[in-house]
Amino acid sequence: MKVLLSWMREFAPDIDGDPVALGETLSALGLAVEEMSIVGEGLDGVVLAKVLELSPHPDADKIQLVQVDAGDGEPLQVCCGAFNMAVGDLVPFATIGTVMPNGMEIAQRKMRGQMSNGMCCSAIEIGMGEDADGIMILTEQADESQLGQPIADVLGVEQDVLYDLEVNANRPDAMSVAGVARDLAAALGVPFAFPDRTVERSGEDAASQAQIEIIDPVLCGRFVARILHNVIVGESPQWIQNRLIALGMRPINSVVDISNYVMLELGQPNHVFDLDTIPNGHLRVRRATEGETMVTLDGAERTLISLDGVIANGSDEAISLAGVMGGHDTEVTDSTTSVLLEMAWWDPPSISRTIKRHNLPSEASTRFRRGADWGENIDRAMDRFCELIAQTGATIAPGQIDVPGTTPQQGHSTARVSKMNSLLGTDMTAEEMVGHLSSIGFTTTAAGDDLTVTVPSWRWDALGGNAHEFESSIAEEIGRLYGYEDIPKTVPRGEETGHLTDYQKNRRAVREALLGMGCDETLPMPFLGPEDLSLVGLPDDGVRLTNPLDANESVLRTSLLPGQLKAIAYNQSHRNPSVRFFETGQVFLPPREGELLPDEREYLAVALEGAEAPEAVSVLNTLARVLALPNVKLFNVDDLPGMHPGRAAEVVIAGKARGVVGEVAPSVLRSFEVSGRVAWLQLDLGEILRGPHGKRNYRPVSKFPSSDMDLAFVVADDVGADKVRNTIAKSAGELLVDLRLVDAYRGAGLPEDSRSLAFALRLQAADRTLTDAEITATRDAVIAAVAKTNNGTLRA
Amino acid sequence: MDLDTLLQEATDAVAAAPDLESLAVVERGFLGKKGSLTAQKKLLGSLEPDARKAAGQALNDAMATVAQTATERRTTLAASAEAEQLAGERLDLTETMDELQRGRAHLVTQARDRLEDVFVGMGFTVAEGPEVESAWYNFEALNIPEWHPARGSFDTIFVELGEPEQVMLRSHTSPVQIRTMENQKPPIYIVAPGRTFRTDTADATHLPAFNQIEGLVVDRNISLGDLAGTIESFVHAFFGGEVETRLRPSYFPFTEPSAEFDISTPDGGWLELGGCGVVNPNVLANCGIDPEEWQGFAFGFGIDRLAVMRYQLDDIRELVNNDVRFLRQF
Repeated sequence: MKVLLSWMREFAPDIDGDPVALGETLSALGLAVEEMSIVGEGLDGVVLAKVLELSPHPDADKIQLVQVDAGDGEPLQVCCGAFNMAVGDLVPFATIGTVMPNGMEIAQRKMRGQMSNGMCCSAIEIGMGEDADGIMILTEQADESQLGQPIADVLGVEQDVLYDLEVNANRPDAMSVAGVARDLAAALGVPFAFPDRTVERSGEDAASQAQIEIIDPVLCGRFVARILHNVIVGESPQWIQNRLIALGMRPINSVVDISNYVMLELGQPNHVFDLDTIPNGHLRVRRATEGETMVTLDGAERTLISLDGVIANGSDEAISLAGVMGGHDTEVTDSTTSVLLEMAWWDPPSISRTIKRHNLPSEASTRFRRGADWGENIDRAMDRFCELIAQTGATIAPGQIDVPGTTPQQGHSTARVSKMNSLLGTDMTAEEMVGHLSSIGFTTTAAGDDLTVTVPSWRWDALGGNAHEFESSIAEEIGRLYGYEDIPKTVPRGEETGHLTDYQKNRRAVREALLGMGCDETLPMPFLGPEDLSLVGLPDDGVRLTNPLDANESVLRTSLLPGQLKAIAYNQSHRNPSVRFFETGQVFLPPREGELLPDEREYLAVALEGAEAPEAVSVLNTLARVLALPNVKLFNVDDLPGMHPGRAAEVVIAGKARGVVGEVAPSVLRSFEVSGRVAWLQLDLGEILRGPHGKRNYRPVSKFPSSDMDLAFVVADDVGADKVRNTIAKSAGELLVDLRLVDAYRGAGLPEDSRSLAFALRLQAADRTLTDAEITATRDAVIAAVAKTNNGTLRA
Repeated sequence: MDLDTLLQEATDAVAAAPDLESLAVVERGFLGKKGSLTAQKKLLGSLEPDARKAAGQALNDAMATVAQTATERRTTLAASAEAEQLAGERLDLTETMDELQRGRAHLVTQARDRLEDVFVGMGFTVAEGPEVESAWYNFEALNIPEWHPARGSFDTIFVELGEPEQVMLRSHTSPVQIRTMENQKPPIYIVAPGRTFRTDTADATHLPAFNQIEGLVVDRNISLGDLAGTIESFVHAFFGGEVETRLRPSYFPFTEPSAEFDISTPDGGWLELGGCGVVNPNVLANCGIDPEEWQGFAFGFGIDRLAVMRYQLDDIRELVNNDVRFLRQF
């Protein structure tokens, strides 16, 4: 919402002071100033000029040469990039030395060899509108006797302050100049009043010319109509146009401009019907019937549903989409002479639904949606409209038709001083609170701890559905007038000590471990393209977005693999080699039986570009150590989705499948345009961290010497090294303190389909030095066990 | 050969030994079991007792002298051998430009961790929740009914589950507040960081998926003043004690009174950081908390935005491109 300081002063003449300080006051009231500007500034050197001659630039197509008379009768040449003016047009002309509102200084200069001695201006360049397409033509507004006069004088623009305010959805009253002035006057402690607007009435009484029925009183809380005759649809006075332009609206014609002016000034949207298109002036306000159609004034045929509100004629044909958009057939045209002026109060939820369903937000419907004023303001706006249109020659019929529907009621009316002080953290007296509320029209009386508050008709938002809601709502009004800045700052303390959960600490531990292993953390967005899941061999069952921004971001991921491969491909294409990435993040599996929401899980992924499967296994082993995971087992599986058939294993932790490790299948890498190998680990981190982990048992460090031995076994390829390792661990018994696989050898000297696995064992006792006999016995036990359990023979 | 000559010969040989190995050979040649000085001992037996004593003394002295000389020579040779070795190991350390590669936590994670740590220090715990939510948690429980104009302003991304517009990517982390209040009795002191979503096309200043952190306190007599104090306390811990804060009245359906909070900038201006307010009593009631007994405040702001501000990133899309040239800067 934009407001002009001069306009606000029409309601509160004592609003005064530094424009910046006034802006800060507005912001502190909750009417945040997004931008403040001085209107009419920088127009000093801009004068009215006449176009004398137009000719092509000899060396340029996009600019032409214009001869203008800037008041002294002498032709002056300028180069101009616009082509919308004709010889004889009057235009705003910036003379040499002018500093434009945007800070640009006009200088004499050559453009492609031709001298340019100033600039013809567009509306936006002189702050007189949004139009940037061509030079502003003022032939209608000015005459030749004004050539050379400052443009501000020609257009009647006075220096003024314009505030562009961010008005929140709970401030319907502040969607008007008067409403903002009311708040500002209250904060400054200066008087606020509406000027008296009296209009002469003549002719037949309005009530005899129109008839209004409200069929649905919830939809329409109040409907007021006046009848105007001798209406001339022409151009509105320049001062009205100037104010509309300043507030960002384009002047259209006298009727539309006055309608908009009244809405901006008083916040009351209004609609004019061509009275001659409404038989007997009969209007019926009702809900639409399901499937009913009507053509709105934008020419679109709208199909309605029973929640939409309409105004119908006496034949019950819908002629207006209530509060949202007028109808095509009853629109005011250039030939209109009599109009029915409508001002009503519409139910905000109904308006809100219709706006959304038909996608028709507008200045008017936005005000109704937030809750317009159902009280005196309607009469006031009627008077103002009639006053302004009477100045254009229209006559106003006596009286008005005023039909009540169900006007909004306060849900509650008492608010406790103690509770409101508690909510605000203040120590105000009842009198102070009454003072703040009264200053913005909330009629309030105090009795003990209770305030009885009557919410004004312009604050639909503050009616309050229940006692607590009402108190909070009133506390907010008191608080913003008291000043949020003046509320003492205190820091509450809970009884509990702040902490991270074990889950959160472990997630950080995993991350730290991966960082230590040289992996960089990535955070791709969780959206995938429709093909991505099938490209990595996963079922195409990702949850789909209803309104994706991009078809390639239309599915929620069920695996971290596509995102990581895209990240690797991105880096390869930017010549960043050998990336090592990890990520922890949500994946979204289809909802479980009977659930509405997806089965969300937190996964961990590690992707090592250019590395082979064992490196990913090493990462897994380190993480298992970091988290003290019990019983981590790998099962080589040939057909894991997206994985290399001979280099992939399922990760089983404490008996539960928790992920995969290995290498990504070459075909998948090709699909994502990744070259080379990628070692891959993906774990269901959430399940792992909620499952058994972190149990560590202390074993005293022995003070006695240890004894090392290496044993190499020839074992068939289909016997997992982890099986042999388990056999050794079990058979070596408690003397075994360290066991490592140091070599796996295939080739010469070994039978087909087998390999040699060399293990290094360290034996040690906690309480004695081992004897040769003990060592030999252990060695024999291990060899026998591997032979029996794994069919392995000691390699000679 | 007389002893003096032999002694002279021995000390000359020791002095001439070029290295430790030669010195050992020389020592053995004179002082070893079969050494020429050692051999002199055998001659002593043939002398008269008095002469034998004197000659014995002289021989011992000579042998001690040689041993002493050899020890000195060994020390010298060892020192020069080590000096030679060290000289051979000379390195120009400026030639070393590698680093032991440690990974980098993502910039957003770093910011999130810092924020969590500050709030943990202030007595908060960290709560998390799902990224796909129902209309109840994302809107209705937060006092945003279906017709409410504010719904449109969230630019929600919906998913194809349930009835139309009933399941969505959460547009804020406020659903976590609802879930916490439903499951936990006050007092409640939590922050809820996490990913949130809006229908913003990715450009230099927008991403459809971004990160927020929200705080929620529900306790007895919690006030707007407590909110202002908590925000100030956080800002001092996170940005530094010289940074000031202020609240400006605003509007959110889930809080009343509501405010925006600003922090001061070095150039004397104010920068809007986030929204906040006293928890709307309807929200408390929706979660089964009696608004007569309990009051609360909530606040929220963008994590990504903090990272963008801190490093003056000119393109927020770098946060999701995962280019290592970006990731490794932080």
